[in-house]
Amino acid sequence: MPTKCSMKLLLNYHCNLFRTFNCSMATTTGLESLVDQIISVITNDGRNIVGVLKGFDQATNIILDESHERVFSTKEGVQQHVLGLYIIRGDNIGVIGELDEELDASLDFSKLRAHPLKPVVH
Amino acid sequence: MLFFSYFKDLVGQEVTVELKNDLAIRGTLHSVDQYLNIKLENTRVVDQDKYPHMLSVRNCFIRGSVVRYVQLPPDGVDLSVRNCFIRGSVVRYVQLPPDGVDVDLLHDAARREARGG
Repeated sequence: MPTKCSMKLLLNYHCNLFRTFNCSMATTTGLESLVDQIISVITNDGRNIVGVLKGFDQATNIILDESHERVFSTKEGVQQHVLGLYIIRGDNIGVIGELDEELDASLDFSKLRAHPLKPVVH
Repeated sequence: MLFFSYFKDLVGQEVTVELKNDLAIRGTLHSVDQYLNIKLENTRVVDQDKYPHMLSVRNCFIRGSVVRYVQLPPDGVDLSVRNCFIRGSVVRYVQLPPDGVDVDLLHDAARREARGG
Protein backbone atom coordinates (compact mmCIF):
# COMPACT_ATOMS: atom_id res chain seq x y z
CA MET A 1 0.00 0.00 0.00
CA PRO A 2 1.61 3.34 -0.97
CA THR A 3 2.71 5.67 1.83
CA LYS A 4 1.16 9.06 2.31
CA CYS A 5 2.44 12.05 0.32
CA SER A 6 4.03 9.93 -2.36
CA MET A 7 3.85 11.02 -5.96
CA LYS A 8 3.21 7.50 -7.18
CA LEU A 9 0.16 8.25 -9.28
CA LEU A 10 -1.01 5.42 -11.44
CA LEU A 11 -1.37 6.45 -15.04
CA ASN A 12 -4.17 4.15 -16.06
CA TYR A 13 -7.79 5.23 -16.00
CA HIS A 14 -8.62 3.37 -12.80
CA CYS A 15 -6.73 5.57 -10.38
CA ASN A 16 -6.38 4.67 -6.75
CA LEU A 17 -7.10 7.17 -4.06
CA PHE A 18 -4.36 7.68 -1.49
CA ARG A 19 -5.29 8.44 2.09
CA THR A 20 -3.08 9.42 5.01
CA PHE A 21 -3.11 6.85 7.72
CA ASN A 22 -3.37 9.33 10.59
CA CYS A 23 -6.83 10.36 9.43
CA SER A 24 -8.57 10.65 12.76
CA MET A 25 -10.18 13.86 11.50
CA ALA A 26 -13.92 13.78 11.08
CA THR A 27 -13.97 16.08 8.09
CA THR A 28 -11.90 15.11 5.07
CA THR A 29 -12.44 17.18 1.98
CA GLY A 30 -11.50 14.48 -0.47
CA LEU A 31 -11.79 15.11 -4.15
CA GLU A 32 -13.44 11.70 -4.44
CA SER A 33 -16.80 13.21 -5.21
CA LEU A 34 -15.30 14.95 -8.23
CA VAL A 35 -13.68 11.91 -9.84
CA ASP A 36 -14.95 11.34 -13.40
CA GLN A 37 -16.55 14.80 -13.32
CA ILE A 38 -15.58 17.74 -15.47
CA ILE A 39 -13.64 20.20 -13.36
CA SER A 40 -12.21 23.64 -13.83
CA VAL A 41 -8.76 24.10 -12.29
CA ILE A 42 -7.21 27.45 -11.48
CA THR A 43 -3.44 27.12 -11.26
CA ASN A 44 -1.02 29.30 -9.31
CA ASP A 45 0.25 30.93 -12.50
CA GLY A 46 -3.26 32.12 -13.31
CA ARG A 47 -4.27 29.53 -15.88
CA ASN A 48 -7.70 27.98 -16.17
CA ILE A 49 -7.66 24.32 -17.24
CA VAL A 50 -10.81 22.30 -17.77
CA GLY A 51 -10.90 18.50 -17.90
CA VAL A 52 -12.15 15.26 -16.39
CA LEU A 53 -10.67 14.40 -13.00
CA LYS A 54 -9.31 10.90 -13.11
CA GLY A 55 -7.26 10.72 -9.93
CA PHE A 56 -5.73 12.68 -7.11
CA ASP A 57 -3.63 12.23 -4.01
CA GLN A 58 -3.15 13.83 -0.59
CA ALA A 59 -0.81 16.45 -2.03
CA THR A 60 -3.62 17.46 -4.42
CA ASN A 61 -1.64 16.27 -7.44
CA ILE A 62 -4.29 15.48 -10.03
CA ILE A 63 -4.76 13.56 -13.23
CA LEU A 64 -6.86 15.40 -15.78
CA ASP A 65 -8.17 13.75 -18.92
CA GLU A 66 -9.49 15.44 -22.10
CA SER A 67 -8.16 18.70 -20.79
CA HIS A 68 -8.03 22.07 -22.45
CA GLU A 69 -6.86 25.46 -21.32
CA ARG A 70 -9.19 28.44 -21.49
CA VAL A 71 -7.28 31.61 -22.26
CA PHE A 72 -9.10 34.82 -21.38
CA SER A 73 -8.11 38.11 -22.91
CA THR A 74 -9.47 41.62 -23.04
CA LYS A 75 -9.06 41.88 -26.80
CA GLU A 76 -10.66 38.69 -28.13
CA GLY A 77 -13.01 35.94 -26.94
CA VAL A 78 -11.95 32.94 -24.89
CA GLN A 79 -9.47 30.66 -26.67
CA GLN A 80 -9.36 26.95 -25.98
CA HIS A 81 -6.04 25.10 -26.30
CA VAL A 82 -6.43 21.32 -26.30
CA LEU A 83 -4.00 19.58 -23.94
CA GLY A 84 -5.08 15.94 -23.56
CA LEU A 85 -4.08 13.79 -20.58
CA TYR A 86 -2.29 15.85 -17.97
CA ILE A 87 -0.87 15.53 -14.48
CA ILE A 88 -0.95 18.79 -12.55
CA ARG A 89 1.27 18.98 -9.50
CA GLY A 90 -0.58 19.90 -6.31
CA ASP A 91 1.86 22.71 -5.46
CA ASN A 92 0.60 24.54 -8.49
CA ILE A 93 -3.13 24.17 -7.84
CA GLY A 94 -5.30 26.92 -6.37
CA VAL A 95 -8.93 26.06 -6.99
CA ILE A 96 -10.72 22.98 -8.30
CA GLY A 97 -14.26 23.80 -9.33
CA GLU A 98 -17.04 21.42 -10.28
CA LEU A 99 -18.13 22.54 -13.73
CA ASP A 100 -21.86 22.70 -14.26
CA GLU A 101 -22.15 21.55 -17.88
CA GLU A 102 -25.53 23.16 -18.48
CA LEU A 103 -24.30 26.52 -17.24
CA ASP A 104 -21.13 26.13 -19.24
CA ALA A 105 -23.03 25.37 -22.43
CA SER A 106 -25.10 28.51 -21.98
CA LEU A 107 -22.01 30.73 -21.96
CA ASP A 108 -20.96 32.44 -25.17
CA PHE A 109 -17.19 32.29 -24.93
CA SER A 110 -16.62 34.36 -28.02
CA LYS A 111 -18.20 37.33 -26.26
CA LEU A 112 -16.37 36.97 -22.94
CA ARG A 113 -13.65 39.51 -22.32
CA ALA A 114 -11.57 39.47 -19.19
CA HIS A 115 -8.10 40.08 -17.89
CA PRO A 116 -6.17 36.87 -17.30
CA LEU A 117 -6.12 35.78 -13.66
CA LYS A 118 -3.25 37.05 -11.58
CA PRO A 119 -0.59 34.60 -10.40
CA VAL A 120 -0.67 33.53 -6.76
CA VAL A 121 1.72 35.49 -4.58
CA HIS A 122 2.51 33.89 -1.22
CA MET B 1 -5.55 21.94 14.97
CA LEU B 2 -7.13 25.03 16.47
CA PHE B 3 -8.19 26.60 13.19
CA PHE B 4 -9.21 23.25 11.76
CA SER B 5 -11.59 22.83 14.72
CA TYR B 6 -12.77 26.41 14.34
CA PHE B 7 -13.63 25.93 10.68
CA LYS B 8 -15.35 22.63 11.42
CA ASP B 9 -17.70 24.54 13.70
CA LEU B 10 -18.33 27.05 10.93
CA VAL B 11 -19.58 24.43 8.45
CA GLY B 12 -22.88 25.57 6.98
CA GLN B 13 -22.09 29.27 7.28
CA GLU B 14 -21.71 31.63 4.36
CA VAL B 15 -18.10 32.78 3.99
CA THR B 16 -16.05 34.72 1.48
CA VAL B 17 -12.61 33.30 0.73
CA GLU B 18 -10.07 35.72 -0.68
CA LEU B 19 -7.22 34.01 -2.49
CA LYS B 20 -3.63 35.06 -2.94
CA ASN B 21 -4.33 35.91 -6.58
CA ASP B 22 -6.92 38.49 -5.40
CA LEU B 23 -9.86 36.33 -6.50
CA ALA B 24 -12.66 36.34 -3.91
CA ILE B 25 -15.19 33.48 -3.79
CA ARG B 26 -18.37 33.53 -1.72
CA GLY B 27 -20.12 30.33 -0.75
CA THR B 28 -21.42 28.04 1.96
CA LEU B 29 -18.69 26.26 3.88
CA HIS B 30 -19.17 22.57 3.13
CA SER B 31 -16.07 21.08 4.69
CA VAL B 32 -12.50 21.68 5.74
CA ASP B 33 -9.52 19.38 6.23
CA GLN B 34 -6.25 19.21 8.16
CA TYR B 35 -4.49 21.35 5.52
CA LEU B 36 -7.29 23.93 5.83
CA ASN B 37 -8.31 23.11 2.27
CA ILE B 38 -11.86 24.45 1.95
CA LYS B 39 -14.83 23.10 0.04
CA LEU B 40 -17.52 25.65 -0.75
CA GLU B 41 -21.00 25.07 -2.15
CA ASN B 42 -23.24 27.40 -4.05
CA THR B 43 -20.26 29.50 -5.03
CA ARG B 44 -20.17 32.75 -6.88
CA VAL B 45 -17.20 34.98 -7.51
CA VAL B 46 -17.44 38.34 -5.77
CA ASP B 47 -16.62 40.50 -8.79
CA GLN B 48 -18.14 38.37 -11.55
CA ASP B 49 -17.59 40.89 -14.32
CA LYS B 50 -13.89 41.10 -13.60
CA TYR B 51 -13.53 37.35 -13.06
CA PRO B 52 -15.83 35.42 -15.42
CA HIS B 53 -13.43 32.46 -15.19
CA MET B 54 -15.66 30.59 -12.75
CA LEU B 55 -19.10 31.42 -14.09
CA SER B 56 -20.09 27.79 -14.59
CA VAL B 57 -18.73 26.60 -11.25
CA ARG B 58 -21.17 26.14 -8.38
CA ASN B 59 -19.09 24.01 -5.99
CA CYS B 60 -15.38 24.24 -5.55
CA PHE B 61 -12.38 22.95 -3.65
CA ILE B 62 -9.90 25.61 -2.56
CA ARG B 63 -6.38 24.52 -1.67
CA GLY B 64 -5.45 25.83 1.77
CA SER B 65 -2.12 27.19 0.56
CA VAL B 66 -3.76 29.79 -1.69
CA VAL B 67 -6.10 31.27 0.90
CA ARG B 68 -5.28 34.81 1.97
CA TYR B 69 -8.41 35.57 4.04
CA VAL B 70 -11.58 33.82 5.09
CA GLN B 71 -14.21 36.49 5.71
CA LEU B 72 -16.64 35.27 8.32
CA PRO B 73 -20.25 36.23 8.91
CA PRO B 74 -20.31 39.25 11.25
CA ASP B 75 -22.30 37.48 13.95
CA GLY B 76 -20.37 34.25 13.62
CA VAL B 77 -17.53 35.34 15.87
CA ASP B 78 -17.53 36.02 19.62
CA LEU B 79 -15.92 39.46 19.72
CA SER B 80 -15.86 39.86 23.51
CA VAL B 81 -12.32 39.00 24.53
CA ARG B 82 -12.10 37.34 27.90
CA ASN B 83 -8.91 35.36 27.51
CA CYS B 84 -6.18 35.96 25.01
CA PHE B 85 -2.88 34.66 23.79
CA ILE B 86 -0.01 37.12 23.29
CA ARG B 87 3.06 36.07 21.36
CA GLY B 88 6.16 36.55 23.51
CA SER B 89 8.15 38.27 20.79
CA VAL B 90 5.82 41.31 20.74
CA VAL B 91 5.92 42.03 24.48
CA ARG B 92 7.63 45.29 25.45
CA TYR B 93 6.82 45.41 29.18
CA VAL B 94 4.93 43.30 31.66
CA GLN B 95 3.76 45.62 34.43
CA LEU B 96 3.64 43.88 37.79
CA PRO B 97 1.84 44.95 40.98
CA PRO B 98 4.33 46.93 43.16
CA ASP B 99 3.95 44.71 46.18
CA GLY B 100 3.98 41.57 44.10
CA VAL B 101 7.74 41.62 43.62
CA ASP B 102 10.57 41.16 46.09
CA VAL B 103 13.03 43.50 44.41
CA ASP B 104 16.08 42.44 46.41
CA LEU B 105 15.47 38.78 45.67
CA LEU B 106 15.06 39.62 42.01
CA HIS B 107 18.30 41.62 41.99
CA ASP B 108 20.25 38.73 43.50
CA ALA B 109 18.73 36.23 41.16
CA ALA B 110 19.49 38.40 38.15
CA ARG B 111 23.12 38.87 39.20
CA ARG B 112 23.50 35.16 39.71
CA GLU B 113 21.99 34.44 36.33
CA ALA B 114 24.23 37.02 34.64
CA ARG B 115 27.25 35.42 36.24
CA GLY B 116 26.28 32.18 34.64
CA GLY B 117 24.83 30.40 37.66
